[in-house]
This record gives sequence, C-alpha cells and structure tokens, in this order.
Amino acid sequence: MQTQSWGAAGTVSISRYFRLIIRDFGVERKEAITIMGRTLAEKVWEKHVVRRAEGEPDLLYIDLHLVHEVTSPQAFDGLRLSGRTVRRPDLTIATEDHNVPTVLGPIADVVSRTQVETLRKNTAEFGIRLHPMGDAGQGVVHIIGPQFGLTQPGMTVVCGDSHTSTHGAFGALAFGIGTSEVEHVLATQTLPAYRPKTMAIEVSGELPVGVTAKDLILAIIAQIGTGGGQGYIVEYRGEAVRRLSMEGRMTVCNMSIEAGARAGMIAPDETTFEYLRGRPHAPTGAAWDEAVEYWKSLRTDDDAEFDKVVHIDASTLTPFVTWGTNPGQGAPIGSAVPSPEDFTDPVQRSAAERALEYMGLAAGTRLRDVEVDTVFVGSCTNGRIEDLRAAADILRGRTVVTRTLIVPGSMQVKRAAEEEGLHEVFKAAGAEWREAGCSMCLGMNPDTLKPGERSASTSNRNFEGRQGKGGRTHLVSPQVAAATAVTGRLTAPADL
Amino acid sequence: MDAFTTHTGRAVPLRRSNVDTDQIIPAVWLKQVSRTGFENGLFSAWREDPAFVLNDPAYEGASILVSGPDFGTGSSREHAVWALQQYGFRVVIAARFGDIFRNNSTKMGLLPVVLPADVVERIQAAVEADPAAEVTVDLVERQVRLGDLVADFEIDDYTRWRLTEGLDDIGLTLRHKDDIAEYESGRQGWLPTTV
Repeated sequence: MQTQSWGAAGTVSISRYFRLIIRDFGVERKEAITIMGRTLAEKVWEKHVVRRAEGEPDLLYIDLHLVHEVTSPQAFDGLRLSGRTVRRPDLTIATEDHNVPTVLGPIADVVSRTQVETLRKNTAEFGIRLHPMGDAGQGVVHIIGPQFGLTQPGMTVVCGDSHTSTHGAFGALAFGIGTSEVEHVLATQTLPAYRPKTMAIEVSGELPVGVTAKDLILAIIAQIGTGGGQGYIVEYRGEAVRRLSMEGRMTVCNMSIEAGARAGMIAPDETTFEYLRGRPHAPTGAAWDEAVEYWKSLRTDDDAEFDKVVHIDASTLTPFVTWGTNPGQGAPIGSAVPSPEDFTDPVQRSAAERALEYMGLAAGTRLRDVEVDTVFVGSCTNGRIEDLRAAADILRGRTVVTRTLIVPGSMQVKRAAEEEGLHEVFKAAGAEWREAGCSMCLGMNPDTLKPGERSASTSNRNFEGRQGKGGRTHLVSPQVAAATAVTGRLTAPADL
Repeated sequence: MDAFTTHTGRAVPLRRSNVDTDQIIPAVWLKQVSRTGFENGLFSAWREDPAFVLNDPAYEGASILVSGPDFGTGSSREHAVWALQQYGFRVVIAARFGDIFRNNSTKMGLLPVVLPADVVERIQAAVEADPAAEVTVDLVERQVRLGDLVADFEIDDYTRWRLTEGLDDIGLTLRHKDDIAEYESGRQGWLPTTV
C-alpha cells in the first residue's frame, strides 16, 4: 500500500496552517519554509548548503569522504591533470577493500595489485590517511567509517560506492557518487545537487523472533520495487526500526540503493549515541554533550510532510530470500518460486522469465528445496560483529555441508570475533574463516562463484554474474545463510 | 566534457528492464586505473550470446540506446558511462534511470533521456521495424524526433546549460571558493577529522 502523506490523517498539519496564514499576510514562501515542520533529511540538507542560487543545484558541503581503490584512480589523475589539490585531506579517509584477497598473502592478480598500489601512491601524494591490507584498521569502507566513530548524526558522507547509504543509519545524509564526483569532492569538499524528494517507510509492529533487519529490507524492496525509491531520500521509521541495533539499522540503510533510493536515513536516538560513545573519533567531554544536544534535534518534526509514505507491518514478516536477478525479486522462504504468469505487468513478467532462466529455477519450486553450492556471510550489508554472532549461534555444534565463507567486514570485526571465540565455532563447523574484505559480494577478488554455481549470500546484489560470471545468487540474512550451510538447501533457522 | 546540443543517429532497442551497472560493465573490468579501454567490457557477458542485439549487424554504428525501465541501477561505477561512450553511444533513452548512473552520465556528457514507457516502446518498435531509421535527440528543444514521433522530455535548465556548453563542474564550483571557506569557518567544532 502506498499513500501520499499530508501530515496526520484527516487533519490540517500545523505547517500548512502556518502557510495559509502566511499566504494571507503576503509573506514570501521562502520564509514560510523556515516555519513549517521539516523532515530529518531536510534538516541535514539545509545545514550543509554552502550556496543556493535560483535555477541552480544547491552546493552542499561534505563532512566525510570515504575513498577506496576502485573508483578513485581516475579522480586523482583528474586532479593532477588540472593541477588541483585535495581541499580537505583531513575529512578524507581511504581503505583497500574491493580487490583484496581474503587469505593472507600478496595480491596475485597483477591488475588488482596495480589498482591497490595506485591508491597507496595517490593517498601518499595527496596526504590522505589510508588503511592498507594487513593494517588493524583495514576493512570494507562502510564498516570502518562507523567503527572509527567517523560517521556521526547529521553529517554528510559520500563515497564512490553506492552502498554509502549504510551511514544513514546514524541519521547522516550519505550517498554514493561516481568518479567525476569523487574528483569534485576531493577538489572542493562540496557537491552540487538538487535535493531529492522525501519518502517515509513506516514499519509498524515488531519483527517476529528469527526475522532480521535483512529480511525487513528485502521485504521492503520486494514491495516498492528496485525503482520505488528513485529520486527519494528514504527515512525508515516506526517501532520495528527503533528496536533495531545499529548493526541492523546499517543493514537496512545499506540496501536503500537496491530500492533505487540514493540515501536511507534513521533518526539518531539513544541506541545511536551509545554506539558512538567512546569511539576513537567521537566527541568527548563538553563537546560530546553539545553534540548529543544537537543530535537530539535531528528528527522529523511531527508536522513535517513527506512526499510519499509507505507502510509495512513488521509483525507479518518471515525470513525472506531472493529467487531472481534483482533484489526486488524476493519472497518469504516458505513460498515457492513464482511463475512469470503471476505478474500482470509485462515488464515484470519478462524480467521474471529471464531471471528464472538465468537462475536455472522452475516456477513452483519450493524455495526450501533450492540447493546451493556456496554460502557467503560478510559484506558491507552483513559483515559486522552482530552478523557473525548470529551465524555462529546457528553453526555452534553443527557441521556445514557446503563451501562456507565467513568474511569479517573489517580487521577489527575479525579481532572482536576471535576474542569471543566465534572463529573456533566456524572452523569447528567446517566453514572457512577469512581476512577482511568485500570478498564474494562482487567478482573483483579471488572469492567468486564458478559459472552455474549457486550461493546463499548475505550480500546486497543478486545481479547476473555479480559474484562471478554465470554465478547464481540468493540474497539472505546471516541466520538463513548459516542454516542453509548446514542443510545445503535454503533453510530458515527454525527449520533446523 | 564535449558539449551536447543535438544528436542524430541510429538507435538500438534493448528490451530488458533493470539493466544494472554490473551488466553494463562487470566488476572484473573495473580493475583498470585508466579512463580508456572500457568499450570491450560493455555488456561483455551478454555480448557472448550471438543473438544479443548489439551483435546484430543491422545496429552496428548505432549511437542511441533505447532500453527498458530502470537502466543503470545498482553500483555507482562511472565505468558504466565510460563503457557506453567509448563504445559509441551518445544517448540512452529509458522510462527510468538509476539515480547515480543518471548523475554520472550528465557529468560525462552522455545524455540520459527519460520518456514515458509507452513512448520508449514505440521508439523500440520503430527501430526494430527499420534499424536504419534515424533518431534525433535535441537537447536544446528537449525533444526526441523519429519520423512522425515527436516526444518532449524534461531536463532541468542548469544541467541542460552545462551539457550544451560542455562545462566542467569543478571549475564552476571553484568560482565559489569564498563561499566554501565561509561555510567551513562556521562548522560545528566537534565534527570529526580523519587525522
């Protein structure tokens, strides 16, 4: 169900009331905007407008720029070609993640190695902090920002990576950019942009036991579609969202882009503050109090209006898995692979036909009967400590029957997991315990599927060939991934 | 960036939806550190199929891609834009685009044209019936023309101006250095630095 929101149902919102009064007095609309209630996204946006001119995009200030080896080399080249420098190396941080192997040793692939070495050269030349392979701070770019406390509420965060939306879990406005924009941010610490529309995704009720943040976001994407969020900043709201841990919130915001939304946000609250407290780059002392005071203002006003509102009832959800080749092609694990005839829209029908052919699935097959060759737990979606704990809880005392890769999202996550003995649980179950990196989320490093191989993966994209040419991907939660590793078929933990 | 005012060329119908950037250029091609040589990676998995439309000699040399909805979803890789341009495309027409892809395109001078799904379908059908048909994409008039078909499209004035002048965004922003410095002087003191 999708509805246009006009404030509380059946009432004239306070902001509209003011606008009516203001119109009567002939005050300019510009002033009216300052009076009406604002959404979280609007508050963060407005705070970062460096310059606003009629007929032009706003010039937005960027508080944090995350850099990795894949989308930056051409940007640094561009700077050199035009004789420009990095304006704020002190607001920039780099890591090596996409290309890195997750077994110890050097990068065997010469082209991959060159790309990583190019990042090292560029960060040294322009004075940017880098966490290279082997460094205790290295990890997937979207894991390390929050881990260092660099991602904070109300900030603008960008990275040449679409999963930058992850950082929105803190109430930051965070979005992915291309290489031209990476160069732009390096050179100016700003970006010209039009403010997207705002969408509220209201998640009422409580997630049932065994149903996770990943299931929630997969269900949301299945409901609104891969294009549903295009042109919007999404704010996830409601009881079920408030109850999520920071890790869960990051999982939800991470996949905003799979619904087409460049950014997803969750208003900061005590859960956010507790996560941040004591982290290396979090404020301390009086600055902490001042920051928290400000962060508490970062919530959508009661009388603010979203351009669109979507409702989801969390209490009806079950573990969700994808059956197709885009993240919107998902279904509850208890259901069957749909038939293309189930779709009335001809575009969706032909997409389903293609997807079933690529995935080698017959319509009507029970999802629980789908056999997999490989299980992957990791990525910027589900490579945090809570995800590893969830997988370990299921694998403890059990044995895997498939190739199972457990890849921590960062070296710090790896260390934390080892301190808790999770690695022993994984190894005892027969899973592979790896070094930090993007791993099997995308086919840029040695961790790939072979043609025709099928995975249950905690990553974010089930696109054709995403995990290796010809590979077939089913997106799942860490819990479903672990249970699937035990049986070799798509399995919910409750089935064990 | 090369200026884009109007372009006339032949068009390829790509009857697929959700053409994500992993299909436009698979990740294995992203390891290059240069800006050139991506044309061979364009749709590289799909091009292995002899029946794929880009392998049809009738569409050789076409410069306008007419796709199903949700073109360029997924990854932020600008390599997708470079691959399309280096292969010879100047325009992509679709009913919906991934936001980041669309943004990247306008930075590079590849014109993303949004038209209603039924108009896209008519263009696809027309160029399937006659692959030699010429399509004109006029950014000045914000119009696509093909025989009797005349379809207006929307693009904001600023982006159109930048594209028609072939202007570099960074150069434009650096004109406002003073505004940036002034903004920086007022930032909250507790905001983190990476040092």
